[in-house]
Amino acid sequence: MNPGLPAGAAAASLRGAFFALVRRDLLLAFRRRTELLFPVIFLLVVISLFPLGIGPSPQLLARIAPGVIWIAALLATVISLDALFRSDFEDGTLEQFVISGHPLTLIALAKIATHWLVAGLPIVLLSPLLALWMNLPLESLGVMVLTLLLGTPILSLIGSIGVGLTISLKRGGQLLSLLVFPLYVPILIIATAAVMAAADSLPFTQFLGLLTAGLITSVTLAPFATAAALKISLS
Amino acid sequence: MNTNTATQATPRKNAFLLFIHKLGSPPWFYDFSGKLIPWLWLAFALLAAWGLYLGLVKGPADYLQGESVRIMYIHVPSAWMSMLIYTSNGHHGLHRAGLAHPHHGSAGDEQRPGGRRLHAGRAGHRFTLGGPTWGTYWVWDARLTSELVLLFLYLGVMGLYSAIDEPRKAARAACLLALVGLVNLPIIHFSVKWWNTLHQPNSISITGGSSIDPSMLWPLLIMAVAVKFYYAANLLTRTRVRLLEQDLRKGWVRDVAREKAK
Repeated sequence: MNPGLPAGAAAASLRGAFFALVRRDLLLAFRRRTELLFPVIFLLVVISLFPLGIGPSPQLLARIAPGVIWIAALLATVISLDALFRSDFEDGTLEQFVISGHPLTLIALAKIATHWLVAGLPIVLLSPLLALWMNLPLESLGVMVLTLLLGTPILSLIGSIGVGLTISLKRGGQLLSLLVFPLYVPILIIATAAVMAAADSLPFTQFLGLLTAGLITSVTLAPFATAAALKISLS
Repeated sequence: MNTNTATQATPRKNAFLLFIHKLGSPPWFYDFSGKLIPWLWLAFALLAAWGLYLGLVKGPADYLQGESVRIMYIHVPSAWMSMLIYTSNGHHGLHRAGLAHPHHGSAGDEQRPGGRRLHAGRAGHRFTLGGPTWGTYWVWDARLTSELVLLFLYLGVMGLYSAIDEPRKAARAACLLALVGLVNLPIIHFSVKWWNTLHQPNSISITGGSSIDPSMLWPLLIMAVAVKFYYAANLLTRTRVRLLEQDLRKGWVRDVAREKAK
């Protein structure tokens, strides 16, 4: 940071940098609108494969719906993750970020926030439709949306560490899924447990509490790890 | 911490600190570990022979699991070992990030193959143990599942290490990932455990609150210590090779090579 600035101005410039980066990335994403739709279409296709592979029995689909929707969300997130730093890495913008004097952690956080807005939020918005598609009981529909709302940012945050580590590799995508899926296991377990508990009209708030705790922990820790990973990849 | 820096500053170091600092010098470490390794192998061989004798020859067969219970004497110690290796791997990662003792990183890199091998061996034992004793080769019970996820974590760290060409960068990246994995390890472990109680209230458990007879406990503990020696010898050997590769162009490696050629 610029040491000459007073504390207030420094904070303002940090906030300015954060929002400028988010605005830039959102603008870039909206200039390529069809690419924006890919994760959503991917999600729809993957989920429609399950009734085809397992059979259309409504009870069976309702039973597996939370797991299927969540696993599809994991896959869609991992597929979209590669774009998180890819173009900035390839055209050298990432290096400019590093030498810009702004903390890399803040830049990572801005990129992750944009990634969630572009790739995670559509999944959340689409999920009521997917839940109806999979015959999920209406009582658990709200909980499904809530778990995705709390859980998908965690997926982007943890995933960004993996992206930071694999960005300099030619074919990092396959390795990325190997790196991040084991780390996604707890979120998958807690989120699906919440939806299943709601479907059986059992208490589910404790699961949402755990997801919130996970979100707070990953928001505070993951950007630092991502920044460290990016520094390693750029070295 | 303060006392440590004070002793470092004075010319008279205490013997232990001096030893730790000497370990930081590759030639000294190479020499020292070379002398140590035969003793480690010897300790491993003696303890393993003793433990296996007690377990395989003298020990009783289990009334429920029959003779196949004897797989336990290899299986459980290597299971404990692989957990320990992952923890210590993350610890090496932490040091790498922090104070960069020259061997911490290389030791961390050399740990993982050992951990993976023990882990893969463990999966193999599971199948052989699972078949005759539980009547099934695989169940999604808490322990098997959390170990499976741990194996994936190992594979991820090693995959990342081998995917990056430049060794130093690869080591740093793998160490960071191991560190992230270490933070997640308890969360994964407990969530899987808890997932299991959620979905399968009465699953197969091989411990099930049963107490173990001393005639089985002693060989098990002896084998656990023996595996530690095996691992230490293995790790030091691998680290020595790594040091030679790392310092390929330095004088002391040339001396070593000249001595070997004699």
